[in-house]
Amino acid sequence: MKKPLLIENGTLIDPSQNLNRGGRIMMVDGVFAAVDPSDGDIPQDCDVIDAGGCLVAPGLVDLGVELREPGFEEDETIHSGSHAALAGGYTSILAASSTDPVIDSHGAVEFVRQKATAARGARVYVVGCLSKGRSGKQMAELGLLSEAGAVAFSDAPRAAPSDALLKRALEYCRMLGRPIFDSPEVPELALGGVMHDGQVSLVLGLKGLPTEAEDLAVARDVRLAEATDGRLHVGPVSTMGAVDMFRRVKSRGVVVTASVCPHNLMLSDAAMRSYESRFKVHPPLRSPRHVATLCQAVKDKTIDAIQSGHMPRSREKMMNDLDQSPFGISSLETALATAATALVRTGTLDWIELIDRMSTRPAQIAGLDAGTLGIGRPADVTIIDPNAGWKVDPGQFRSTCISTPFAGMELIGRVRHTIVGGELRFSG
Amino acid sequence: MNVPDLTSFAERWDRRHLLDLESLSAEEITILLDVASRLKEATEGCRRKLSLLSGKTCANLFFENSTRTRNSFSLAAKRLGADTVEFGSSGSSTAKGETFADTAKTIEAMGVDWVVTRHGTPGTPNLLARELGCCVLNAGDGPHEHPTQGLLDLLTIRQHRGSLDGLTVALVGDIAHSRTARSNIWGLKRMGAHVIICGPPTLVSPRWQELGFEVAHHLDEILPRCDVLNLLRIQFERQHARPFPSVREYAALYAMNAVRMRQAKENILIMAPGPINRGVEITPEVADGPHSVILEQVTNGIAVRMSALYLLSAADDRYRSGNQASA
Repeated sequence: MKKPLLIENGTLIDPSQNLNRGGRIMMVDGVFAAVDPSDGDIPQDCDVIDAGGCLVAPGLVDLGVELREPGFEEDETIHSGSHAALAGGYTSILAASSTDPVIDSHGAVEFVRQKATAARGARVYVVGCLSKGRSGKQMAELGLLSEAGAVAFSDAPRAAPSDALLKRALEYCRMLGRPIFDSPEVPELALGGVMHDGQVSLVLGLKGLPTEAEDLAVARDVRLAEATDGRLHVGPVSTMGAVDMFRRVKSRGVVVTASVCPHNLMLSDAAMRSYESRFKVHPPLRSPRHVATLCQAVKDKTIDAIQSGHMPRSREKMMNDLDQSPFGISSLETALATAATALVRTGTLDWIELIDRMSTRPAQIAGLDAGTLGIGRPADVTIIDPNAGWKVDPGQFRSTCISTPFAGMELIGRVRHTIVGGELRFSG
Repeated sequence: MNVPDLTSFAERWDRRHLLDLESLSAEEITILLDVASRLKEATEGCRRKLSLLSGKTCANLFFENSTRTRNSFSLAAKRLGADTVEFGSSGSSTAKGETFADTAKTIEAMGVDWVVTRHGTPGTPNLLARELGCCVLNAGDGPHEHPTQGLLDLLTIRQHRGSLDGLTVALVGDIAHSRTARSNIWGLKRMGAHVIICGPPTLVSPRWQELGFEVAHHLDEILPRCDVLNLLRIQFERQHARPFPSVREYAALYAMNAVRMRQAKENILIMAPGPINRGVEITPEVADGPHSVILEQVTNGIAVRMSALYLLSAADDRYRSGNQASA
């Protein structure tokens, strides 16, 4: 039995209950037991965390993480990834199906779940393949994957390659109550691209990823969601065109959600001038106009959620020239601080809005029992020092991957404690 | 002729790497060209050997096919008294899976003073400059830049016109895939020339206009204004999809031929970085005609490469002895 845990002296911040005030919260048997318990109601053998000066928020939820195991353990393992998540304040992460073998069977789902349980890091939820073998041709056994515990389906980071397959899957998934996640990109238009197609790529001589490759795919996705009334989440997105499309369809009442990565809210394509592979992300860092539009879209909820975009790759893979280096960075441990620096420090969002986009809303999109401090709900908590500035040192990462665009950069917002099911699993 | 005293130039130069022309100032370009002129003179048009850099070693690390640039760098190093060592991708460890940076580090560990690199991916010289301790010279990185080619073009124009300031120079052809174009664009602009970028819209981005350059799609319209035409090769090997309907159509619209020469200024200079596709960008009578300076460009190539090797080496010596020089 876990000992009861009391967090006191912090500011309770919970978008699901519109809570933003000082107080204390008690956890018993893995769930929230009481807000502001009286001294007499606190058990004698209770553990206590002093959260003075900190925010006590529902644990962060990440809609898309590559854990790379099985098959690419040199990049990341379920153990290292789920502990990197804890260090970043995440209590729940959704693991992508881009492994080898891919996650398109009951056994593969079970493998990830068992490894995650043994790792005792963040909760790991499985995203099953959308297509069998991630081949893009035949629908995977979505019903059986769902029974095995997959909470969503996707072939990300690759877009669903077939319009017809995506449409059928959206229709089929209505009976499962599970969402489909799609990463929007028309491959033919993006072929060979390594960065945003714009003035900077023109000068650097690097092949560009044009915005229309994403815009056209988003247009397809939302149109199919509208036609099928299916549950579709699109992301991460990076363009003004995508934002415009979501704004228009949402105003018509179409239920479709979108997410963005924090690095796309903070950095522009100018970073690529250094030719360093740690800036080679997918979707790419866009021009400052796109960045400003994305930030505003997070503010007005056109973009629903912020996901870390954690795509770890080993150091040896990143030591090549830019064409050979894969897309990908380690971002679980910097996502909250990056988003806070880009959005809260600039006055675009307040903390309760940021927690909504990184915890409450992603939990709703994935259908998880998370993202709230509600009584009786799983006691997943992130305790954040909102004013702490810190310099990113990849040498301190829990992730195997140390490639980050933020190395050496000063960010605000430091995760002090991460609690999963009432158990303190990280302190930093 | 004696070995020229280049000390005053070396003292004004503080770069250990030559990665591009975009970041060079007009003064730095002028120093490179002035030293090249002196070295050309001192080596009697690059036939005589000097001993300015004896004891030093230049590694040519070429991961893309090259004959003229590679030989030009080798000759430049040898004319200054340095040794050269050659590496290529086919026989190197990158073919066995080693990273580019590790291959370069291995070569550096053999004790070289400069790495001259050519690679198909933009930014590889920057990668080497970060990873290695020796001087790095970019001999062409994908479609990004080819700074010594840009410099030899500038030197050739300056020799004929005295100055680049106020001249109208058109770069015609496959700008999208041309490293020569990108080096010319920045070098010419920095030295005061008016640059026109000409070609079909699939090869000439309108974004160049946003960066302050004139963009044209019809050669015949701009030709009468041009003092210099630099005709760039169509790089079929770099194109994912053909950017124009046919070579025949391209040649009809953009090839410099005898008919078009009649519309040009009397003293126009015709340049091409080579290799040239005769009949595509330029017809034989123009390539071999009196306005063509194509072979002078080749000769000047050795001079500017000697200049670059000399100046980087001088900055490196100062850096290693603890004096100021940019890493």
